[in-house]
Amino acid sequence: MKIFMLGWEFPPFISGGLGTACHGLTKAMSSLGMHVTFVVPKPVETDSSTHVKMLSPLQCQPPKASSVSKSREILTEEEIANVSFRHIPSALKAYTTPEYYEHKIEDILTLRSRQTVTEEGVIPAIEEWLHETDPIMPAKIDDYGDDMYSEVHRYAAYAVRLALKEDFDIIHAHDWMTYPAGIAVAAVTGKPLVVHIHSTEFDRSGEHVNQMVYDIERRGLHAAQKVIAVSHLTRNVVISRYGVLGEKVEVVYNGVEQNGDNRMLAFNRVGIRNDEKIVLFLGRITMQKGPEYFLMAARKVLAEEENVKFVVAGSGDMMHQIIEMAAQMGIGHKVLFTGFLRGKDVQKVYEMADLYVMPSVSEPFGIAPLEALNHDVPVLISKQSGVSEVLTHVLKVDFWDVNEMANKILAVLRYPPLQMTLREHGNFEVRRLRWEGAAEKCRGIYQEMLTRV
Amino acid sequence: MASVCFYFQVHQPFRLRHYTVFEKSPRYFDEFKNASICRKVANKCYLPSNRLLLDVIRRFEGRFKISYSITGIVLEQFKKYCPEVMSTFDALAQTGCVEFIAETYYHSLSFLYSSDEFIAQINKHSELIQQLYGQTPRVFRNTELIYSNALAETIEKMDRFDAIITEGADHILGHRNSNFVYRPPNCERLKLLLKNYSLSDDIAFRFSNKGWNEYPLTADKFAHWINRVNGNGQCVNLFMDYETFGEHQWEDTGIFSFMYHLPEKVLEHPDNNFMTPSEVVDTYDAVDVVDVPRIISWADTERDLSAWLGNAMQSNALHEIYKFEKLIKQTQNEELLADWRRLQTSDHFYYMCTKYFADGDVHKYFNPYESPYDSYINFMNVLGNLRQQCTQLLSDDDSKVLSETS
Repeated sequence: MKIFMLGWEFPPFISGGLGTACHGLTKAMSSLGMHVTFVVPKPVETDSSTHVKMLSPLQCQPPKASSVSKSREILTEEEIANVSFRHIPSALKAYTTPEYYEHKIEDILTLRSRQTVTEEGVIPAIEEWLHETDPIMPAKIDDYGDDMYSEVHRYAAYAVRLALKEDFDIIHAHDWMTYPAGIAVAAVTGKPLVVHIHSTEFDRSGEHVNQMVYDIERRGLHAAQKVIAVSHLTRNVVISRYGVLGEKVEVVYNGVEQNGDNRMLAFNRVGIRNDEKIVLFLGRITMQKGPEYFLMAARKVLAEEENVKFVVAGSGDMMHQIIEMAAQMGIGHKVLFTGFLRGKDVQKVYEMADLYVMPSVSEPFGIAPLEALNHDVPVLISKQSGVSEVLTHVLKVDFWDVNEMANKILAVLRYPPLQMTLREHGNFEVRRLRWEGAAEKCRGIYQEMLTRV
Repeated sequence: MASVCFYFQVHQPFRLRHYTVFEKSPRYFDEFKNASICRKVANKCYLPSNRLLLDVIRRFEGRFKISYSITGIVLEQFKKYCPEVMSTFDALAQTGCVEFIAETYYHSLSFLYSSDEFIAQINKHSELIQQLYGQTPRVFRNTELIYSNALAETIEKMDRFDAIITEGADHILGHRNSNFVYRPPNCERLKLLLKNYSLSDDIAFRFSNKGWNEYPLTADKFAHWINRVNGNGQCVNLFMDYETFGEHQWEDTGIFSFMYHLPEKVLEHPDNNFMTPSEVVDTYDAVDVVDVPRIISWADTERDLSAWLGNAMQSNALHEIYKFEKLIKQTQNEELLADWRRLQTSDHFYYMCTKYFADGDVHKYFNPYESPYDSYINFMNVLGNLRQQCTQLLSDDDSKVLSETS
């Protein structure tokens, strides 16, 4: 079975769980013998992507068009470290408006629907369009967000072009950024589309949804033959807030990769004494993740227990606000901010932690708690998270109930048998949540779609 | 001869209220929850069952007999929350066909940790039974039917019991069956009554199970199974939670009607009768010694302690609570002592069980907590406060003594 998969990011260049999920899922699919062609907007060259054929726009620019189907060369990690990817997105920053894209794609679809042209006829039409929009413009590197829509639509155009040269059975699109691409590829190739929803606009923005993003999500969810939600929590949102029929929406839980490297790294406890306990927040510092509830609970804990430090690992739009908040609460000396962590640093911070806290206000799934458990760290998660549907050997709390959050943090710090039991059972439980299970479930969904067609 | 011996366990714990580490109040128990559960179960089970059995006992004029083990703390709750249950048990006691069995007042695991406490709780319970029903119990059952040779020796030394009730576990019986009276090793006086878990569980667990190949279970069919014991046994010990009637098996399963008709069906066979545990002990000699060097219980398929003592939290919580027995008793404060003992009820430790937590099953029944971890945290927070109360009280006393002497 061949899958044409549309994604937005891939490790190690990730900003959140989406890239991690795509990596885990595709790796497991590949081990099950499924062939995945993964399309990302930026080139990815890393040892973590060898299990799938990676395609990125740079590979399909006119002079290189013939090399599209060739797998990327494997580069060692040192080499990746020397590659700067910053400039890459600028190549995509052509000022194509979404309206233009839509107009163009409609033209192509009209051509196709008339069936007066063969595929050879469609390709030149797309080629022509791409050619018009293709120039690598020396665009100024401006705010990523402002240009997101154009980028999403340019990605779609590239994806269509790549798709016509690929052979596959199913289109699988991850999150709203790739939905327009999914719809376009499905329309052009006639292949069935499944959209995977890792997070909704309501998770990211609360009630202040970006109408345009919502519309794209809604269109994708309705255009797809099947929708994969990462939890029942998200499935309910898809049904109730996007008006999608329940029978169309399947739940496939995320997994976690086996933690191969379990050896202890040299401790680097900067600013932390050895007798101090560590409570960890690891995630983007945004409204969705509830960092302020973490601080409010921290203050209550610190009123009872001196020997504890609260580590906030991550970055995000609320970073400054949260740093200031900690200072105002008078607990600034007890809260450490590490910034965004990757790879070995993530592992190191998990090894130091006595407890991982995920106080998310709205979390469609939440892979990080699984990773914490994989690193033998007990976990406290908000009940408003999809992952709480699959984990039983964790502590759970309503994100707003900071009193209870502090109560449970203190219990872990004070009662060692609690930490021990959580760790033992949690680690055992998390070992059952493998990506292979998720990949297997996806395969079942594909097969169902293909037999129906 | 097949003598059917019914024994029903009646128990409700004092459930704790949600108690964070920030709490300072010495009120630990959830009055509202305990009252509402007690009333709910009374209406679904205790009252209708008591009335039904009273009716059957009167109808058979002394030929139908049953026994109860009612914990001290459920009696405290009946008295407080639904006194009408007390009066129906009183009516049952007055029929002369009902025996009351001894156990630890607080339904505790004290045997495992403190023999002083264990004996004190048995005595407290027997006194209450004597006071309420005018009987001094002659037969003992330990919490969750936890039993071993060592327990038999402790009970033998108390010199007032004739028998102990425990589980008829396969591994202690070997090729023998539970339908005879046995005795423990190294005991002169004591006999053992072993639960026929197969026939007991047919009523307690399988009665309404539509997947069971004997479903539906009728009084006729069950009586037939009892008849078959004739020739290969003397007594059939049917021991179960009283909540089986109306609570575990709801009224619409037909459980009440089953119990209503069972006595007449059993008595149709001339060799059958009903006996209380004491009558069984007086009537039949022990046929053999049953050796139980390692502790058994009636729980789960393992028949061991793992439901209460299976993980680090449970063992820690139990250890911690018995660790300050001395401190509590030093205060000579009745309220603190009662609270401490109410915390010993086995249910608190059962809630912390992680064995079947992920699968969800019988362990979740009546469990007021969302997870075993929550129950441990709550328990330890309460225990922390209780310890504080004790040390506070003792240091106050010390300073009083100091000021008096100076």
